[in-house]
Amino acid sequence: MVSALPVGTRVLVLIVLLLGALVGLAMAVAGNGEAFGAHGWIVLLFCAVLAWRVMSRLDAPEPPASRLRSYYDDPIKVGIILAMIWAVIGMGFGLWVAYLLAWPDLTFDAPWASFGRLRPAHTTGIIFGFGGSALIATSFHVMQRTCRARLAGEFSPWFVLLGYQLFVILAISGYLMGINQSKEYAEAEWYADLWLVVVWVTYFTLYIRTLARRNEPHIYVANWYYLAFILIVAVLHIFNNIALPVSWSGSRSYIVWSGVQDAMMQWWYGHNAVAFFLTAGFLGMLYYYLPKRAQRPIYSYRLSILSFWGITFFYVWVGSHHLHYTALPQWVQTLGMTFSVMLLVPSWATAANALLTLNGAWDKVRDDATLRFMMVAAIFYGLTTFEGSFLAIRGVNALSHYTDWTVAHVHAGTLGWNAILIFGAIYAAVPVIWRRERMWSPRLVEWHFWLAVMGTVIYVFAMWNSGILQGLMWRTYTDAGTLQYPFIDTVVAMRPYYIARAVGGTMFLVGTLLGVWNIWMTIRRTPEADLAQDRPTTPEGEAGERSVPAE
Amino acid sequence: MLRKLNTIIRRLVAPFGALFHAIFRSMYRLERYSLGLALAIVVAGGIGGAVEIAPLFTIDETVEDAPDMRLYTPLEQAGRDIYLREGCYTCHSQMIRTLRDEVDRWGPYSLAVESKYDHPMLWGSKRTGPDLARVGGKYSDDWHFAHLYYPRDVSPDSVMPAYRWLARREADLSDLPERLATLRSVGVPYTDAQIENAVQDARGQVDPDGERAEGLIERYGEATNVRNFDDQSGVPTEMDAMIAYLQVLGQLVDPETIAAAQARVEAGE
Repeated sequence: MVSALPVGTRVLVLIVLLLGALVGLAMAVAGNGEAFGAHGWIVLLFCAVLAWRVMSRLDAPEPPASRLRSYYDDPIKVGIILAMIWAVIGMGFGLWVAYLLAWPDLTFDAPWASFGRLRPAHTTGIIFGFGGSALIATSFHVMQRTCRARLAGEFSPWFVLLGYQLFVILAISGYLMGINQSKEYAEAEWYADLWLVVVWVTYFTLYIRTLARRNEPHIYVANWYYLAFILIVAVLHIFNNIALPVSWSGSRSYIVWSGVQDAMMQWWYGHNAVAFFLTAGFLGMLYYYLPKRAQRPIYSYRLSILSFWGITFFYVWVGSHHLHYTALPQWVQTLGMTFSVMLLVPSWATAANALLTLNGAWDKVRDDATLRFMMVAAIFYGLTTFEGSFLAIRGVNALSHYTDWTVAHVHAGTLGWNAILIFGAIYAAVPVIWRRERMWSPRLVEWHFWLAVMGTVIYVFAMWNSGILQGLMWRTYTDAGTLQYPFIDTVVAMRPYYIARAVGGTMFLVGTLLGVWNIWMTIRRTPEADLAQDRPTTPEGEAGERSVPAE
Repeated sequence: MLRKLNTIIRRLVAPFGALFHAIFRSMYRLERYSLGLALAIVVAGGIGGAVEIAPLFTIDETVEDAPDMRLYTPLEQAGRDIYLREGCYTCHSQMIRTLRDEVDRWGPYSLAVESKYDHPMLWGSKRTGPDLARVGGKYSDDWHFAHLYYPRDVSPDSVMPAYRWLARREADLSDLPERLATLRSVGVPYTDAQIENAVQDARGQVDPDGERAEGLIERYGEATNVRNFDDQSGVPTEMDAMIAYLQVLGQLVDPETIAAAQARVEAGE
């Protein structure tokens, strides 16, 4: 992969890695034995490993100019592998915390192994590690194919993909060492946040520059969604994380927002991380891989316009439904509830658009587990968005909030919609990217499909039961007008459901491991295919002129 | 009949149809310009956040008045930082909602002003364990110590992790002045004296008979809990800091101010 880079780019990579290593060293020295210093060593090590890879291929011959007439798929390969690694890590943490709730002494008296530190490692590992890597990898794939143009540059794709990995590594290792700013789904501290901004701006410019090279007059729907994902996530991340470090040589900082304003900022961020990270970005994935795999055009272009703008405009308003009946002013709560209910229209329009696209291809859904992954994802998307609008209604929220019902809802989305869609997209992408005839074992894909679906269903049903039961127990009164159940009774009542949930999660992880094995064997064992048609349409002369990377 | 209904529906939808067609036409044009599309996305996505968040900083009624509100002492703030570090918010909320059963279970519903100096707020999103907004003063220090040390000793069915190491570790007080100064920069009204004496005050809070306790009370008020929270002699441990923080939760604003503010709401003012 390194030898496919021009020598100049290899040198540039080394310079950037050297700068990174120096920053890491400075952090390690300044940190003076504290967790911040450990982060410095991690940065240093990260840069050193990559630099060693580049150094060992530094004298490889200059790659041929003909490479510029093909798509640049190397970063996608690495991105897909990283996504699967994060899937195993993130789900592993998830399983562990699930078992902790049933057997709370599984912590071996080690601070890093307590629930409060592992849980953010689970959410960050899954959302940002698994989901984010998959989004970056698939966006590189989708933007090139739908623009019929090669990625703009050979340096910035690597900077985005690997820089992003560094952010996730810093975040998760930080939680385990006790670096946590306690803003849900944004727990990473100030320096990791700043680094993410740098990576994200590069990501945006890469995207825009690739779009500028496109050989299609119109920008395809999938790219609208990826663009919305990149842009709005940047806005959310920056505003929610504005913080003042206590010192430049330590990890601690204090968020500038406080109290009710911080609560609103947090859930504006929190819900739109769902909206733009886990929905918009994934809809970009859906709008490319599903029609492509089904070999059917999108059912309705107009429906996709309406649902795109509906989702972009409505979603941003709904965060306050996380704060019903709290000290947040009621007018904001009401706005959040109203928009949440309205949001059902563009959400279901999108789900319908995806499912109607399959009309005429249902035989493929039956025969092809990869397409079935995507179909089931679209169904879970429809179910979860319906549930979301329902839970945002004040009266329902009074019962569901703070209980496992929220957990059920989130996992119907993250397992049923996000993870299952990623698996579908990856099974569709791997043979194309690696130029293979097909996946190594279609049977394993089939097994993975059923394990994933069954795992999700068991998980969600367990948490629905536990959540509704808990909510009802909290508000049950005796005839004498006193509360019937002490809090601890509701904890005891949860136990069977917590065990059932852990079983469902185990099934899901086993499916994922089968997927990892299958992808590995596809790369190693499956015969190569000739995909001559899968190249950009850039005329040769023009490609030559554009070949100088802008970096 | 059906035809009539059909015309009525058509007439009702007609104006929206025009709107939709305008959207389709402009999008057909817009989707050829990547930067134009990017700008439109930021504008469409920005409106909701701006309308809901900006007024929270300007509308006075958003946060009630509580002129006599106390600040976290340095030791309590150190405890809060441990609460952040351990991710306690993943299982405990600090927000009593305006629902009858919550008020009966945890106490008067939470006011916005009570978390006015909380950077960040810890309202939480999940109650695997109970709400902690008013846990201060509800249990003894000994109970908290035993519970944090091994929760199942005092509550056999609890699923909370054991936090034994809090009792072993000395609380990190060295940068408390910087922490308070940073908090002042983001809006918590610590005085110069409070910042300068932060380390002293933290030590004084666990030493009720010592001289330093007097300065602490002078700077933070009579109501400050000055006790040896973990019952171990010597420097404050992380357990001291944690218990000091838990014991002040819900106590920063005095109950009469809370009751008065809630009475005003119920009177519809």
